Amino acid sequence: MRTSTRTRRRAVVVAAVVALGAGLLGGCAEDSDEGTGGGGSGGSKKDAKGRTVIEIGTFGVFGYKQAGLYDEYMKLHPEILIKEDVTERVDTYYPELLTHLAANSGLQDIQAIEVGNINEIATTQADKFEDLSKAPGIDKSNWLDWKWAQGTARDGRTVALGTDIGPMGLCYRKDLFAKAGLPTDREAVGKLWAGDWQKYVDVGKRYKAKGPGGTTFTDSAAGLFAAVNNGYAERFYDGDGKLIYKDSPAVKTAWDLAMQAAEGGLTGKLKQFDKAWDQAYANGTFATVSCPPWMLGYIKEKAGTAGEDKWDVAAAPKPANWGGSFIGVPKAGKNKAEAIKLAAWLTAPEQQAKLFDKQASFPSTPPAYDLDVVSGARNPYFGDAPTGQLFAEAAKGIPTLVLGPKDQQIGTAFGDVGILQVEQQGKSPQEGWKAALKEIDNAVDG
Amino acid sequence: MRPYTDQSGPAASPSSGDAVPAPDRRATAAVERPQAGDRRRAWRSRRYRWDTKYSPYAFVAPFFVFFAAFGVFPLLYTGWSSLHRVSLSAPNDMEWVGLHNYTRLLEDEFFWNALRNTFTIGVLSTVPQLLMALGIAHLLNYRLRASGFFRVAILTPYATSVAAATLVFVLLFGRDYGMINWVLDAVGLGKVDWQSGTLSSQVAVSTIVIWRWTGYNALIYLAAMQAVPNDLYESAALDGATRWQQFLHVTIPSLRPTILFTVVVSTIGATQLFGEPLLFGGAGGQKGGASHQFQTLGLYLYEQGWFNFHLGRASAIAWSMFLILLIVAGVHLLVARRLRKSQ
Repeated sequence: MRTSTRTRRRAVVVAAVVALGAGLLGGCAEDSDEGTGGGGSGGSKKDAKGRTVIEIGTFGVFGYKQAGLYDEYMKLHPEILIKEDVTERVDTYYPELLTHLAANSGLQDIQAIEVGNINEIATTQADKFEDLSKAPGIDKSNWLDWKWAQGTARDGRTVALGTDIGPMGLCYRKDLFAKAGLPTDREAVGKLWAGDWQKYVDVGKRYKAKGPGGTTFTDSAAGLFAAVNNGYAERFYDGDGKLIYKDSPAVKTAWDLAMQAAEGGLTGKLKQFDKAWDQAYANGTFATVSCPPWMLGYIKEKAGTAGEDKWDVAAAPKPANWGGSFIGVPKAGKNKAEAIKLAAWLTAPEQQAKLFDKQASFPSTPPAYDLDVVSGARNPYFGDAPTGQLFAEAAKGIPTLVLGPKDQQIGTAFGDVGILQVEQQGKSPQEGWKAALKEIDNAVDG
Repeated sequence: MRPYTDQSGPAASPSSGDAVPAPDRRATAAVERPQAGDRRRAWRSRRYRWDTKYSPYAFVAPFFVFFAAFGVFPLLYTGWSSLHRVSLSAPNDMEWVGLHNYTRLLEDEFFWNALRNTFTIGVLSTVPQLLMALGIAHLLNYRLRASGFFRVAILTPYATSVAAATLVFVLLFGRDYGMINWVLDAVGLGKVDWQSGTLSSQVAVSTIVIWRWTGYNALIYLAAMQAVPNDLYESAALDGATRWQQFLHVTIPSLRPTILFTVVVSTIGATQLFGEPLLFGGAGGQKGGASHQFQTLGLYLYEQGWFNFHLGRASAIAWSMFLILLIVAGVHLLVARRLRKSQ
């Protein structure tokens, strides 16, 4: 009796150890295995009904699921099952993607890439992605040239397809403008600053003189800095990939305007995407903010019913792009052919238009602009503004911005360190500038 | 007696089946035993010896396998990467730089700033935290109504997640619409920009730490207090000692090892402080404020590794933190030895 329990227990232990070991080994084996899968637990690429599973990794609210695009595709292709793996923050998502690429494992069939990271992916990871430029069903001429160029490596391989873009407008509060004696009609407002960001700052000075107390003209100097910068062809890097942020005209102009705004008291001294920023939307304490299409949804959510009929959107001084993403197909994926088909379908003009209709992500494919859902789009929350036309107009004027691998670090060094020191901590522009440069040196030097 | 001896014989034989009736079993076993039995018994006893000798290792093996995979290997690998220039965008592409990452830390003002912040936030949070914990434990040690409720209540902050707690504190410490500033404004003290100032931001971060950990330490103290023999208090009371004198001269000395323990645990926690300042900083929180005024070592490591993608430098910071903790442990050992001697 005693022996038999002991043997049984030993058998259990041995089984457990074997199972654990097999699990570990199996994990490795499964990842390096590039076969079509099938069978086995966990790594199966077919579900119980025999459908091919395509996994897509995204961050934030990408909107495909919310807009019903996955459901539509699965209805068209009953043999496919789409699974989305969402990471909430892109700053968690991206390092994970990099480590997975380096290890060649853990990758989804389709991976989303944010515009801030696309250059690094295209320059350092291009060989890990399928070349989509010649894939069936993908027509380069559909995309805006600059968007296509951003997802393409130097050797001409297109590693990722553009999804949405962020052509900028300027959102403003009609009620606050009226109180400050400024026009409220979106055409007239657009004319106030058309062509030059300096005019925008000058309007801000007028607002400061006459506007209601307790409010400011704009939310943050860093927002202004980014908006001005994004309208140039060269910002932090030149065409040869050299760092030019120390004396590029874009940075200099943007910095000077931001300093004017910060020192002139035109800003709410807020940090974008902070809690306090959201609260300021809810309380309506600033009159303008540069806004790409995706920002309209953000404003509506944060300003709520209290802001209804108060916000409107006009053209920005200069066309510029803020945000937008890409999707690529990693070579380590298991269903590459099916994944490419899905990626092509998701980024086709018709689907981008649907995404705009449901989720306000603006298409990166001009043919979509002629579709009714885009050209006729109006936003009731923003005084029925013709958002489709307005942003399409802006999109066509956006220059091809030269990106570089450390764009994000440089941008946050200016915005979160240099400008905030001046704006929130009362330091001089020279001190702020020096602090930003020191920060960038530390970030760029490995 | 008989049934037992009867059973133990055949049951030990591996060929025995329970379905066979007892008398038959005895008969067949008796025939086979003289030849093959000895060898088999030797084999069996050897196996038994191996079993007692090695089975325990098999039982604990899973722990060591996982410890090696997730503890030792990352530790050594981090040490190895700290001697290289390596970027997260190409982690397999390492360039040997020797101790360069360490020597540059010596002149890296961001590192020293983070070290200083870690120290000041550590002091700002640990000292009040432990003092308050002692006081609360002393109060709970009295006989009071619903003491069970209070004991659970003081532990609830510890049970909440860092993220949830910090997000609430971010709202409380908000510059424009925070409740604390609202109160300060109402009593005429004026608003404080909690996040922008160096001291104010560090106080705010420390408050979150204090709020979360005071109850935890209080419970540890309470447990130690209840082990203090009651006669000590009785004789102290007979000698005319007040409650306060009893606390100073009976409770505190008996709690000395426990206090030392909590100091060490809190110091380690303070050195690794990460979640609270990260979330307190809001968007881009890894910088710890516009002039890094509340960036701790943990945040600096995170910023170097996961935002600037300098894995080598981040590894060097990690190992420096490890060395600092070793020094802390060494100091603890010295103090503990001193204490034991003085007793």
